[in-house]
Amino acid sequence: MTFQQLLFIGFAALVLGGGIAVVLLRNPLYGAFALITSFVGLSALYVMMGAQFIGAAQIVVYAGAIMMLFVFVIMLLNVRADEERPPRHRFLVWLAAPLALLLSAGLWLAVAGVQGDRAPSGEAGTVERVGKNLMTRYLLPFELTSVLILLAVVGALHLAKREKE
Amino acid sequence: MMIQWLWITALHVAPKWLESLVEQLFAALPVWLTSNLTPTDATDFIVWPLLQIGVMLLIVLTVVAYLTLAERKVSAWIQVRVGPNRTGPLGLLQPAADGIKLLIKEDVIPFKADKVVFTLAPIISMVCAFIVLAVLPYGPHYASITNINIGLLFILSVSSVGVLGIILGGWASNSKYPLLGALRSSAQMVSYEAAIGLTIVSALIFTRTFSMQGIVEAQRSLGVWFILFLFPSFIVFLVSAVAETNRAPFDLAEAESELVGGFHTEYSGFRFSIFFIAEYTNMVVVSAIAATLYLGGWYVPGMDWVAAQLPAAYREAALTLMGVTAFSIKCGAILYLFIWMRWTFPRYRYDQLMELGWKWLMPAALANIVLTATIFILGKELGLVRSVKGVLEMAWQGKVFFTVAGFLSLFPILALLNAINRNSRSFNLRAQRTTIPLSTRKVKLSPGVKPA
Repeated sequence: MTFQQLLFIGFAALVLGGGIAVVLLRNPLYGAFALITSFVGLSALYVMMGAQFIGAAQIVVYAGAIMMLFVFVIMLLNVRADEERPPRHRFLVWLAAPLALLLSAGLWLAVAGVQGDRAPSGEAGTVERVGKNLMTRYLLPFELTSVLILLAVVGALHLAKREKE
Repeated sequence: MMIQWLWITALHVAPKWLESLVEQLFAALPVWLTSNLTPTDATDFIVWPLLQIGVMLLIVLTVVAYLTLAERKVSAWIQVRVGPNRTGPLGLLQPAADGIKLLIKEDVIPFKADKVVFTLAPIISMVCAFIVLAVLPYGPHYASITNINIGLLFILSVSSVGVLGIILGGWASNSKYPLLGALRSSAQMVSYEAAIGLTIVSALIFTRTFSMQGIVEAQRSLGVWFILFLFPSFIVFLVSAVAETNRAPFDLAEAESELVGGFHTEYSGFRFSIFFIAEYTNMVVVSAIAATLYLGGWYVPGMDWVAAQLPAAYREAALTLMGVTAFSIKCGAILYLFIWMRWTFPRYRYDQLMELGWKWLMPAALANIVLTATIFILGKELGLVRSVKGVLEMAWQGKVFFTVAGFLSLFPILALLNAINRNSRSFNLRAQRTTIPLSTRKVKLSPGVKPA
């Protein structure tokens, strides 16, 4: 085992542990915490692969902005922690194992063909490369995304203003 | 499988004595751990940075402790008092006394509080404040811990997580005032973070990199400080930075006269002091960013010339010493400015605060991006500046052009702000004085409720 692998295992455990905790924890706020932990681990994995910009964006967008929104909603709605809800669809529990198997099989099929010696290039994810690609090769999707976000902003404004007439 | 970490280059090679020490240590470690790691790499990437981090933490903690003393001394001076002067000579041992007091105080956790979150919140705050210290450029050569490609972005992203500590601390206390303080402070930090992010974009046009050392090097290669080119951006950054650190005149989060103490009302003893340390560390970080982006970081024009006069053996050490001194002086000046502001300006009202953020600073930052980009392209077309492998080159004409254009761009920005806020009632006294028609002032009743 190398030092790099040790690091990878540590961060991967953080991601997986956080993910499992999100599913298992009853308190929504703790779940949000676990999700943030998972995101932090994921961003560390991105950085280990040389995608530094993606790693930082992961933290800014997900752990920072989106989770902030989650936490706000959870806090303001004051969702109680130990609200025991009777499971409505008991038969869904029995579907869990086959579906998990199906997902694992699909993942295995997708990963099996990948060659093991693909070392990360360490260049693809830097700010310079991402910026250059966004402004040249992927200019149209980039612009379309910004138009979409603009639409969302205008829509939010409209919804917020509506009550005043 | 051999993975080389090519994309992380060591900023500097660790000293030789440390390397030999690590080599001896390697003999004692199990083979599975050391098989893929040369002693040189281990020294450069693990042992040496850890040493630096230890030293840096000690220094920053001391600085933070004395910052509290400085705050009290300066406030006393501004209010014509003496300030703390009993503990040690000139009150210099006051931070130690405060620390011991907070340590031995009773640590109270409210009965109805969410205990896990209550304990976790100060830790999140402090960790997020301290992680950022790793990427700050304290000086050239040995005086800097790491130089990552995404330095500035890293700082922004970590500080956006740091807000969580405040929100959770306020929520977990399960009490009115902390919750109100937390809501205020998080809304404030989120909206001013947007202004900071936007104003940094205009600075990036000249720095051409996110790396903190790269930003300093960009200014060093040009021989100027970017405050000359980016004066409007500097002002927006400074105002947003004060708001971002929740300090007066924007300290609504802990407005003592309204909210007892804000989000940390229920915290006592050492937990409270952790929040306190995180707050002051954030101040240091923000002032360090301002010093790096706009005031040249550790660079002072002429320091290369001074270093060149010395014998070659001392050149590097002299440069490092001068760099660290310059960086601390710049940070100290900005920190002093923060303290000065706190004890001079009265607190803003909440609606004024939000309006300042969204209607003044945001449009100013956005307009500044457009203006700076236009000026830069103009300068490029005129042949005043050219980019050689990501590094800008310009003669004195270029510097004069960008300085003049930078200061002149204040006027269109001010005109825009005036156009936006002409009718705003928060700051504009004349608009406040005009009587508001009765019909709009009436409280609107929900349908079905009959007026009494």
